Amino acid sequence: MTQASGLNVPGTYLFDGDMAMKGYALNKMCFSFNDAANRQAFAADEAGYCWRYGLNDEQSRVVRERDVLGLLAAGGNVYYLAKFAGILGLDVQDLGAAQTGMSKEAFKQMLLEAGK
Amino acid sequence: MAKIVGGITTSHVPAIGRAIAQNLQQDPYWKPFFDGFPPVQKWLDEVKPDVAIVIYNDHGLNFFLDKLPTFAVGAAAQYHNADEGWGIPTLPPFTGDAALSWQLINSLVADEFDITSCQEMLVDHAFSLPLKLLWPEHDSPPLRTIPVCINTVQYPLPSAARCYKLGEAIARAVTSWPEELKVVVIGSGGLSHQLDGERAGFINKAFDLQFMDSLTAAPKWATQYRNEELVEQTGTQGVELLMWLTTRAALPGEVVELHRNYHIPISNTAAGMMLFECR
Repeated sequence: MTQASGLNVPGTYLFDGDMAMKGYALNKMCFSFNDAANRQAFAADEAGYCWRYGLNDEQSRVVRERDVLGLLAAGGNVYYLAKFAGILGLDVQDLGAAQTGMSKEAFKQMLLEAGK
Repeated sequence: MAKIVGGITTSHVPAIGRAIAQNLQQDPYWKPFFDGFPPVQKWLDEVKPDVAIVIYNDHGLNFFLDKLPTFAVGAAAQYHNADEGWGIPTLPPFTGDAALSWQLINSLVADEFDITSCQEMLVDHAFSLPLKLLWPEHDSPPLRTIPVCINTVQYPLPSAARCYKLGEAIARAVTSWPEELKVVVIGSGGLSHQLDGERAGFINKAFDLQFMDSLTAAPKWATQYRNEELVEQTGTQGVELLMWLTTRAALPGEVVELHRNYHIPISNTAAGMMLFECR
């Protein structure tokens, strides 16, 4: 994944111009999910919906596989991907668990520990 | 003349809206967060500001990547909340103050801030939730509102130093407005949290507390950091502390901290809240 200049933090990516161009179609599709009718249309025909928004093969694959890190690598922006996650009934702890390889309970416990 | 009476900074996460909708304020998970607000509600009830300038970041409700302003100022008579994709109940419309909006726009551009003016602007949870937390008994807050949106979606983001100057310019715009108005500035975002990447779940209590202390003791402290450094210290979304910094910079003259709260976690976020009064 591209890195904006000066950031070298493991597991941390900045959504810069390169990513914004790469992920445009994917993010545009996720932006459409603000509308409940579009969320239903996606659920009714996921592949067709991805095709209509012009996702490339890689973006369609990571959508199909619900691959969170893959969605980020394909140019997905977290603010727009959050709307896709909502369709799937996933909250941000589910996403955190998926990205860190932890169980959801372990991820939530990590958050609690941060407050101590 | 218009006067800035104080500033309030708070975190926002969509889950707060769900908690409010489900009346979970006394739930053990949520209580330490909601308990921070009554002293601020009491202060607002005594001061009774006429206008709230709300500094926040849009999460892909109003703005998409097709046109993404760095700084945007609402200039509407009314602002609507809308579904952000999760079907959380939306809040009633918020009343605007178009005259003061245009004063802000005119003054900021004259002050070399090339902002985007918005006569239509959907406002998301980052704008609406602080108002609901501060005026919980009202369907819509009992004052006029002006949204000021700062881009945190796509890099480059404005620097901390730039945001500080924006806050100072907002103060100049308001305090040179001839109308007798009491204005409160509300900053919505942060504190440390990271939603994306293998470092998701990152929280930095020590930095958050140092930042909160700095807003009282040395408000420009955070302007020494580049945004990449703020991301390292506070997480990819922790950089939303720019809203707090802008808010603090918009408070002119002698400023006194009246109240604060800090709790980890709500959702994936370290939740902070501060109340400042201008003397």
